Amino acid sequence: MTAALKSPLKSYEFRREREKTWHELEALVSRAEKRGLKALPADDLLRLPTLYRATLSSLSVARSISLDQNVLTYLESLSARAYFQVYGARSSLFEGIAHFLKHGFPAAVRAALWPNLIAALWMTLGTVIAFFLVQANADWYYTFAGDMAQGRTPAASTEFLRAGLYDGRDDPLESLYLFATFLFSHNATIGMFAFALGIALGIPTVLLMFYNGLLLGAMLSLYASRGLAWDLVGWLSVHGTTELLAIVLCGGGGLVLARAIVFPDRETRLESLARRGRAAGTLIMGAVLMLFVAGLLEGFARQLLTDITGRYLIGGLMLAFWLTYFALGGRDRRHDRSEPHDDD
Amino acid sequence: MTTTEAAAPATAPRQRGERRLLTPEGVPLIFQLAERGGRAAAVLIDIALMFVAIAVFALAIVFGALALGIDGAGAALFGGLVILISFFIRSFYFIYFELRWQGQTPGKRLLGIRVIDRKGGYLTPDAVFARNLLREVELFLPITLLTAPSQGSGAWVNLLTLLWVGIFLFLPFFNKDRLRAGDLVAGTWVIAAPKAMLLGDVAAEATPPKRGGVAADPEFPFTRSQLEIYGIYELQTLEEVLRHKGPQSEETQREVARRIQQKIAWTGEAEVDTERFLKAFYAALRGHLEARMLFGERRENKYAGKEGGTPPPGGTAKK
Repeated sequence: MTAALKSPLKSYEFRREREKTWHELEALVSRAEKRGLKALPADDLLRLPTLYRATLSSLSVARSISLDQNVLTYLESLSARAYFQVYGARSSLFEGIAHFLKHGFPAAVRAALWPNLIAALWMTLGTVIAFFLVQANADWYYTFAGDMAQGRTPAASTEFLRAGLYDGRDDPLESLYLFATFLFSHNATIGMFAFALGIALGIPTVLLMFYNGLLLGAMLSLYASRGLAWDLVGWLSVHGTTELLAIVLCGGGGLVLARAIVFPDRETRLESLARRGRAAGTLIMGAVLMLFVAGLLEGFARQLLTDITGRYLIGGLMLAFWLTYFALGGRDRRHDRSEPHDDD
Repeated sequence: MTTTEAAAPATAPRQRGERRLLTPEGVPLIFQLAERGGRAAAVLIDIALMFVAIAVFALAIVFGALALGIDGAGAALFGGLVILISFFIRSFYFIYFELRWQGQTPGKRLLGIRVIDRKGGYLTPDAVFARNLLREVELFLPITLLTAPSQGSGAWVNLLTLLWVGIFLFLPFFNKDRLRAGDLVAGTWVIAAPKAMLLGDVAAEATPPKRGGVAADPEFPFTRSQLEIYGIYELQTLEEVLRHKGPQSEETQREVARRIQQKIAWTGEAEVDTERFLKAFYAALRGHLEARMLFGERRENKYAGKEGGTPPPGGTAKK
């Protein structure tokens, strides 16, 4: 009949020695959760990682020596909460944006070169097909353009079509600002949609690209039949070089997703999708930004600038700017930050 | 890569929906995946907040325009502002909050859930962007389809679209990690992040700690063989019973004490202070099991290792 418990409980000793650290960390983390890490004074900010590591080590020890359920649950929860604070967002919003513009976006475009080219190819294909179909039979125009035409149909007079290209709008409700913002939010939604549809193996994405091309081709064909082709291209190029490029990028992003699912290479599909999906997300954010610029150009520059040379100049400059940016942007420094998981 | 499996500590058997994440410090953290219902509720709250925000801004702008007596081209400017603001709120509500609040939105915070990286790294901005852009297909498309009047395109088209959209909407039900399409693309999990309180040690309440230690209650000298009957599962159930304070708790404790006394063939006085007896037994049992754990022997429950062999590894021992 020996008493089973000769020595005091080790787990209790352990807890008593360490709980001060835990409480200190808990107070710190609670404050950080409420008001953000930035609200903590510098001293506390320095203490946080130390306390976090100490508590994590407590958790590790407690798992192997303690059977006190409450202590274990508490340490699990506290370590997790501290972990979120310590390994949470690592840069401020502005740093993030700056890095995105300098490195993330152009690098993402370059990384997705082939998907982007494929998306562009489908759009071109749609344009060419619609162009020749409408040339052969003008009725095709109604099939492709449908309700997007706003009166610009084969039935319209050449004068009306020309006026649409060179006159500003006089209806105040359809005035520039409203028009620009509407176009932007409409296009951006379409762009994000094209990306999101990539998860359905990219087929809807490709179709969207193709359809976009059909619209463009049909319009080109209509205007070409009236001898207004170059005027239309000028009218479109002001914002179109930016907008079409952005839509191609959205399509490319969608195809990146599709590729990750269909050809995961050496990873599992889940890993492949997770890795590539993030890069594609960067691509889309950039594309939305471009669409914003395009909306401004469309709403203001195009309506105010009624001279064809000026239109070509702006459109050409924008195109040159984007291409240079994508080709050269963010190459000077190591751009491994787009793959944050390889370095931890 | 199997960070989820890697370096699993020798703790309790894995439960459903439990995931392990290896921290950079090398200590795995255990998380519970968020319930699907909770996530749905969080999204509904967020959508409601989003609409409220849009409505508030729109009304403020409209009334602002009216108050300033603006019409004509100026009114169009304000109209554009409304469109722009609703676009930004709709597109960036989730992204803004998940970046700002370490993977939480107001809805998620209310429900106590959050987004984390599946590999245990930082929750990067590109992951947040990617997972929320997919809402375009998962969330906004069904909403538009349900609210927009069908323009004569036929019930068939609507049905097919709804069906197709439904696949994405219900994706979390078709995989064990409860991932929605956005989580797939961004490599994230949504987990429950409850806050736990540090309560007192039940063992320390058994006897007031003397000179810094919890010693055995001299009135209840349990023998080694008496303590070898139960395992960790029973110990932690007893802890719950002792911590629970309610109208029925006294009765429960008496019943539990009676069963334990029966099981361990208690020979001491029959009329004991129930709570004190249970606490003493808890302390003794915990001391015993912890001591055995130090020698590398985890006894998960009372069925484990009956033949004196080593207890089976966690998972096979179900209660």
